[in-house]
Amino acid sequence: MSEATAHDDHHDHKPTGIGRWLFSTNHKDIGTMYLIFALVMLFLGGASAMVLRMELFMPGIQIVDPDTYNNLLTNHALIMVFGMVMPAGAGMANWMIPMMIGAPDMALPRLNNLSFWLLPMAATMLILSMVVSYFPGTGTMVNTGWTLYPPLSVQSGMGMDFLIFTVHILGISSILAAINIVTTIVNMRAPGMTWFKLPLFVWSWLFTGLLLIMIMPVLAGGVTMLLFDRHFGTSFFDAAGGGDPVLFQHLFWFFGHPEVYVLLLPSIGVLGLIIPTFSRKPLFAYKPLVWFMAALTALGMVVWAHHQYTVGMSLDATTYFMIGTILISIPVGMMLMSFIFTMWRGAMTFETPMLFGIAIILMFSFAGVTGVMLAVVPADLQYHDSYFVVAHFHYALIPGSVFGLYAAVFYWLPKWTGNMYNETQGKIFFWWTTLSFNLTFFPQHFSGLAGMPRRIVDYSPQFADFNYLSSVGGMLFGLSHLLFLYIIIKTVKGGEKAPANPWEGSQIGTTGLEWTLPSPPPFHSFNTPPAIK
Amino acid sequence: MPQLRQIFNRRLLLIASTLFSLPAFAVREYNLPEPASTITREIYDLHMLTAWVATVIMIIVTGIIVYALINFRKSKGYKPDMEFNHTWFGRWSWALVPAIVLGIDFSIAGSATKTLRNIESHDPAEVTVKVTGSQWKWTYEYMDDDIKIVSNLNKDIPSDDVLYLRDVDNRLVLPTNKRVRFLHTATDVLHAWWVPAISYKKDSIPGYINETWTVIDKEGVYRGQCAENCGTGHAYMPIVVEAVSPEKYDEWMNGQKVAMAAATAEASADKTWELAELMERGEKLYNTNCAACHMPTGAGIPGVFPALKGSPVAMGEMSKHINTVVKGVAGTAMAAWGNQLNDLELAAIVTYERNAWGNNTGDSAQPADIKAAR
Repeated sequence: MSEATAHDDHHDHKPTGIGRWLFSTNHKDIGTMYLIFALVMLFLGGASAMVLRMELFMPGIQIVDPDTYNNLLTNHALIMVFGMVMPAGAGMANWMIPMMIGAPDMALPRLNNLSFWLLPMAATMLILSMVVSYFPGTGTMVNTGWTLYPPLSVQSGMGMDFLIFTVHILGISSILAAINIVTTIVNMRAPGMTWFKLPLFVWSWLFTGLLLIMIMPVLAGGVTMLLFDRHFGTSFFDAAGGGDPVLFQHLFWFFGHPEVYVLLLPSIGVLGLIIPTFSRKPLFAYKPLVWFMAALTALGMVVWAHHQYTVGMSLDATTYFMIGTILISIPVGMMLMSFIFTMWRGAMTFETPMLFGIAIILMFSFAGVTGVMLAVVPADLQYHDSYFVVAHFHYALIPGSVFGLYAAVFYWLPKWTGNMYNETQGKIFFWWTTLSFNLTFFPQHFSGLAGMPRRIVDYSPQFADFNYLSSVGGMLFGLSHLLFLYIIIKTVKGGEKAPANPWEGSQIGTTGLEWTLPSPPPFHSFNTPPAIK
Repeated sequence: MPQLRQIFNRRLLLIASTLFSLPAFAVREYNLPEPASTITREIYDLHMLTAWVATVIMIIVTGIIVYALINFRKSKGYKPDMEFNHTWFGRWSWALVPAIVLGIDFSIAGSATKTLRNIESHDPAEVTVKVTGSQWKWTYEYMDDDIKIVSNLNKDIPSDDVLYLRDVDNRLVLPTNKRVRFLHTATDVLHAWWVPAISYKKDSIPGYINETWTVIDKEGVYRGQCAENCGTGHAYMPIVVEAVSPEKYDEWMNGQKVAMAAATAEASADKTWELAELMERGEKLYNTNCAACHMPTGAGIPGVFPALKGSPVAMGEMSKHINTVVKGVAGTAMAAWGNQLNDLELAAIVTYERNAWGNNTGDSAQPADIKAAR
């Protein structure tokens, strides 16, 4: 093994200058660029959320008018989903999958470059969609929410066209990245790295990649039909022309529901590494977990209309979607059980990644049970489009996706940079962000039940208490990310040197080869396939 | 140190007093509004079932995790059980855990399906109301009595009043203890009619009709809001339902019919009106119906809603102006007001627009002109 690494060191020369980044075909560099892009988007998406919470701090209009408010909430979701979580996940997939499976790089390195560089173009388009509405004659801002439902989205001004093109570009980036990831996992595993020796992170990306390939084209089709309704005289979504606004909803949510698993599965994969590491015990029920992940992927493709219980589907259709959605609790429940029973009778320590891991299990379980509440159609006919739904999906997305990314950042910063992050600062960040997250979103369950609808710029004083608490929490939650940024920058610049394997328990059970490489790993790793016992 | 404690106490007092100084009348509701109809009561009970199941599950899961966190720590010297995956639980939990979850799911799904069937029942209704969502108001038509009510936000309530954004000019009046059927539709974009105390919601979709029903069993005033993003005014189209005894409802309905007949007579095409009368009516109608987009000042919102002050349409050819108002402008947010207002109302609005804000054309439109343009 040491001969192979010495041989690799020879190949540690890297290209220099701007060309290194613009023309990169290196999975580590491209991974880094994805992560930096996602970090910038985190602050942009977060800033828009801060404005929303400031407006909702008290009843009355204080800072923004209704259209700007709805534009900000649209952009908040689009930036966070497409600009932050997905690129951050892709960045981690790029960095870690080749190292985990003993491959020298991704299967399609030049495609990898394109997948990344499409993102800054998409971000520019997104900013343009906001900016263009400030010019006279360009109509209303995009104010539909990220779901872009017609007929409102047909009424929207020029900003919507830019947004549709943004979605096209983002879709292409994701599809190409997914093809690359799936091909890499299927074809580039080192000899001896059989399917059931793969770390859970690799499995989760296999399923995520397959989902992306299946769903992104549907979204692209839907928004293209919207573009045609807007400009080319079609009436796909216009009853007067024989169409149906609900058709768009079906197309959108056929993408949109599996999309939440795209956002979730990579973080589940990360948890599948972190929990065993810090419990010093192999992952519980690894093989069933893989099968349940496959079941979740399949089942998740056929329950989309639980986002549409109020549109007027037949009794048979709503019953089917209700039963299907309730059944999803089974694979998800199994996943959470698997992590809990990995902790059970382990020997735990509580470094920052583990703190996030445990918080994720608790809070995502909570999202799961409110999800079962929402799955019940008659009850959803009250909850739908209220803040109860907003609370549910933030409990699913933030602990489920975002905290998973944070946990991964702390887990892998030593590997990526060669430096240990400051553990005390990490812990402060964890407590600050978790407590303020709960202060922000827990009260929203109650304002929703009390009757506060979503996507409103202003509200009656009967909802004031919950909004006040939620806004205070939101400000604190936003501020905590400044500490996050500080920790990352400080760690990149220097710190206690990290060994190849800084985490004592990381080699227990099904683990990848990333911990056999130095921290940071050489520019090219595994130029010759490693031997796997 | 006493000084630090004093500072801490003062800060705590400040935070506590800030939190508790919120408006005293702000009601702290932690649950769905108290149900006032048979169907919302059934939904409420189903909601409580799932909420309890959720709570119990969370207590159990949290308990297991907390137990693990306390006992299975390296710092306590606990040695990890590397054979746990090979215990019977390790080998069978993949079947056991799903079986337990499935059992919980069945208990919920059983009750849920029963209530869903009830919701989708189509028993004959005694009162049918067509509920039409528009940007940004509700229109109610009593289908059996041919009475129409347009319900706009009451804008005169300040933001510290609990009725802020929750009150309207004309309420929907319904009888208690009778099955009421709602037919939901929209004129422009998606809306949703949501009054949680008395009914569940379905979307209002332009070109389609969705049906909901209720039997209100408690007299009272019930409020709700639009629950599907419909653009700029989404937060500004509340709903107020007044549920009264069937006798009072019949009395009210007769009163409405009398008023309707009087209004129709008044708006007939063979009457001619003075400019001043038309202006007075027109101003009120304009501010209720048109000012949301075109602004009370007539200035509109540049690039979004055209200005009427100094506009070529309001100051140009009368027939084109009338056509725009009566038939709307396809593909834009300008509705066809001919469907919503009578000839007199439209004549008054057109007259007002042609003479207000310095437009001063001196023209007046008469009900007969509107009727001719339809």
